[in-house]
Amino acid sequence: MAELQIDPQAPSFQQEMKDLAEDLLTKIDGGDLGKIVGVVNNINGVRDRTLYDEIGKLTRGLHNAIKDIKTGDELSEESGMGQASDKLAYVIEMTDKAANRTMDLAEEGMPLNAENLAGAIELQEQWKKFLRKELKPNEFRELSKKIDAYFSQTQINSKKISSQLSNILMAQDFQDLTGQVIQRVTKLVSEVEERLVDLVAMAGEVDRITGISHGEPHKNEPLQEDDKKIIAEGPQIDTSLEGVVGGQDDVDDLLSSLGF
Amino acid sequence: MTWSWHSEVALDKNMKILVVDDFSTMRRIVKNLLRDLGFTNTQEADDGLTALPMLQTGDFDFLVTDWNMPGMTGLDLLKHVRADDKLKTLPVLMVTAEAKRDQIVAAAQAGVNGYVVKPFTAAVLKEKIDKIFERVDG
Repeated sequence: MAELQIDPQAPSFQQEMKDLAEDLLTKIDGGDLGKIVGVVNNINGVRDRTLYDEIGKLTRGLHNAIKDIKTGDELSEESGMGQASDKLAYVIEMTDKAANRTMDLAEEGMPLNAENLAGAIELQEQWKKFLRKELKPNEFRELSKKIDAYFSQTQINSKKISSQLSNILMAQDFQDLTGQVIQRVTKLVSEVEERLVDLVAMAGEVDRITGISHGEPHKNEPLQEDDKKIIAEGPQIDTSLEGVVGGQDDVDDLLSSLGF
Repeated sequence: MTWSWHSEVALDKNMKILVVDDFSTMRRIVKNLLRDLGFTNTQEADDGLTALPMLQTGDFDFLVTDWNMPGMTGLDLLKHVRADDKLKTLPVLMVTAEAKRDQIVAAAQAGVNGYVVKPFTAAVLKEKIDKIFERVDG
């Protein structure tokens, strides 16, 4: 942000104020009330002018910040923030689709695999009977037909399962797309943060000139144990934080310490 | 109950289960895992507000619920269930991403029967269900 040159401007304001203050002292020593009031008016004038300048910069900065955020993407005229929500909605849609596609394929494949397994178990039983010479000739003819049918069926099923497995692999391609989208949104959020920091610096300059003091930012007082509201927070990204469990084992330990 | 000496045998595979989660994929995963464990009599709801009337009229034997949901959260649903004369003994398993000690303690105090943190495995889900019904029936 080119407009954000606070420091080069500041000394001249200070210098002007210093010069006027010295002038004011001289005039007071001189005792001419008209001249004294004249200098006081000049002091006010410098202060007002600098203040308007700074507020002008702040307004311009704010405007540019919003404009810059808007130009984050070539896809639409919409604001960057609006786009970010759209993009995150797209991530939800993509992951939802991929999850359902994967589950569809797995559910289709499970009975085929079960059929292969059941067929093998059945044939093995009969085959063992044959080895023990317990099969009658017509039963053996029946068995060889079954074996033949099993060979064909297993090939069909295995081919289907192979294609389902490779489609399951393909369904994971969302990770690349959603990853890119999330990276862009992350970039946008840090840009917004940067611009907000710049604006705070500009607003600080206005405060300095007007002599406004905001006092200490009031600290969040630690909540009393009773007031602490237990609310849903979603997944904990950092499980090393205090008060966050590291996994199911920790949950089980905690619950068993509570008598579960 | 007469069949409580062995939980493996004792679990009634026909028991009616309500699965509550705002994400349809998670409901589907839980339903699939339950089906693998032999439980096929399952129904779904997408948050506490839809779940509660179903529970009140539906004669369910078991509730599996997420915590973080719009409308009514799983914790509030649990509190409503425990406050309802007809439902207060219903076994409730929470399956959730909420992983803070305070939250788990709060769920325990509200009367949850089991707590599974996401991501979870089929084995963990089975273990918790077995444990709940062992305790309920034993």
